[in-house]
Amino acid sequence: MFRKKGSRLGVGAAVLAGLAAPALAADGVSYRQMADALHAVMEADRTVYTRVVVNRLQNEEKVITASEHWQDDKALPLPAQMFRFGAEMVAERNAGFTYSLLSLWAVNKQNMPKTAVEREGLEALVANPATPFYKDEVLGGTTYFTAVYPDKAISPACVSCHNGHKDSPRTDFKLNDVMGGVVLRIPMQ
Amino acid sequence: MGGMRHGRVTLHLWLAATAIGAAALAAGLFMTERAAERPLLAQVRKAFLPGATTSGHHQIELACETCHTTAFGDADSMQAACMGCHGDELEAADDKHPLSKFTDPRNAELLASLDATRCVACHIEHRPEITTAMAVTQPDDYCVLCHRDVGTERPSHAGLAFTTCASSGCHNFHDNRALYEDFLLRHAAAPAELPRQIRPLARFAETAAVLPTYPSDRYPLEPLGRAQHDAPAEAATVEAIEGWLGTAHARAGVNCGACHRDSATAAWIAAPAVEACGTCHALESASFGQGKHGMRGSAGLGPMTPAQARLPMRLAAAETALDCATCHGAHDFSVRRAAVDACLGCHADRHSLAYEDSPHAELWRREVASDAPEGSGVSCATCHMPRAEHRYPEYDFKTWFVQHNQNDTLRPSEKMIRPVCQSCHGLSFALDALADAELVERNFAGAPSVHVPSIDMAVARERGAGTE
Repeated sequence: MFRKKGSRLGVGAAVLAGLAAPALAADGVSYRQMADALHAVMEADRTVYTRVVVNRLQNEEKVITASEHWQDDKALPLPAQMFRFGAEMVAERNAGFTYSLLSLWAVNKQNMPKTAVEREGLEALVANPATPFYKDEVLGGTTYFTAVYPDKAISPACVSCHNGHKDSPRTDFKLNDVMGGVVLRIPMQ
Repeated sequence: MGGMRHGRVTLHLWLAATAIGAAALAAGLFMTERAAERPLLAQVRKAFLPGATTSGHHQIELACETCHTTAFGDADSMQAACMGCHGDELEAADDKHPLSKFTDPRNAELLASLDATRCVACHIEHRPEITTAMAVTQPDDYCVLCHRDVGTERPSHAGLAFTTCASSGCHNFHDNRALYEDFLLRHAAAPAELPRQIRPLARFAETAAVLPTYPSDRYPLEPLGRAQHDAPAEAATVEAIEGWLGTAHARAGVNCGACHRDSATAAWIAAPAVEACGTCHALESASFGQGKHGMRGSAGLGPMTPAQARLPMRLAAAETALDCATCHGAHDFSVRRAAVDACLGCHADRHSLAYEDSPHAELWRREVASDAPEGSGVSCATCHMPRAEHRYPEYDFKTWFVQHNQNDTLRPSEKMIRPVCQSCHGLSFALDALADAELVERNFAGAPSVHVPSIDMAVARERGAGTE
């Protein structure tokens, strides 16, 4: 699980995670540490966008709305879309890891769990929201370190939108419920 | 002895012929400097075409290096060539099946059945025997590979043949901007004929006023009169000056020298190259180079002529070389002439020949005769070279330009709905009209005889929300 000293992953991890910590690179970084660091950035950005941009401007100030069809509606992208656009941009750059936002109750059925590990991870988060889930899995002949982090309903807008969406398979979400999970994968060497 | 000498001569001749043949082959295939323009080398290339090209690429099929950027190139270089021409369009279309969807490891299993990380997974060139509409070389039911379970998620789709997803007018693999469910619902009730039927109009003056690259230092946006022209006496013919005075050029302060003088030396150029137009009309010029009229030039080939077209063309126009002035003329630069007369001067297919008797043409004639408001007529260009929105993220504004890449709104024809049809018609009518191939051939003279059920299905689902 742990990388050897001075491994390529160690250097890459520090760069990718934006960590100015040479000691980390020199000593190597575990897959879990790297995943946790990347997720910390994702979660922080996602929370800032949801609270400081969408909630403030849409719900409090009421100056602009957020919409699934943000281009046609001249609106803000939904927080989940914002997150997905970032994931797509990272995927296009072939940055050495991938991530996605999945749920057992996804609005878009393409975001339901597909692999056994995704399902196991998402179910584990529902049972134990405080603990991320980690497991290795083999996909397309490559072994991945897969981490699944809880994605919670951090604002009333998350709850009302999902509960009211005609494509939502679940309509009884409450504030702070685990609505899904961020699945992050790093190919193992 | 004689037999041996004869044998040696034959061997030498054979070696020489082989060397010459190999040299010609190598030159034809690998010499990229205008090889397709040299008759001998072009013949070599033609002989080695591995199969007829699609209608999208046939104009540039002898410029092999446009797609095969390296000899025996790898898949990455081919993919880069695809995206070099088509990438922006896919991004603008909000491509529903982008690369990132397929590089995600969670889709590795799907990738095993269809490696959609490459355009050539579905669009193999030179394979006419397996090529269907939209240059697709997958079986017509390719959607089933990933969406096998759609009938479970959408009971209304249960039992529908997977060959009909894209051919019914309901779905498009890349561009669903006019087809997505909430869009169908939003426009479900729109009547066939909208109360206000005006096409988007040019906003070039508005753009020139704010575009930093517009040469307003040399040509301030102020009207010029007859006495203010800057052409040398021998060039200042009555025809040229009077033609110029009637244009937006004179009204916007664009003097003769803007096109006719070399920007570095100020020397007079009697016949400016097309690049001169692109100095101010960059978006029009660039999109011309992406479309059927200008793509040969972009590939480093000579200009397109109707003789090289696959569509039916008028014999008299066979050798007309296409550049800006071919359709717009020079000096008077009539956009009205360019919008209909120029098109029909070459195009002779059924759809084009039916134009004059169509309701659209009647509206156009009324506008040209000033019997109807500006923007109420429908010319060839209204649909095939419409005003398109363009964002300048680097300058923080967006504008409208004349999209000179006909294919941007043509194939599949649903791409035309939002930028064109919906200026005048409701969505349901537009979907039906475009799905009626015979009506398209008649240039929309009459009512649609087919009905695309997608709006009905979306409305039914909305009414019974939660039941599916």
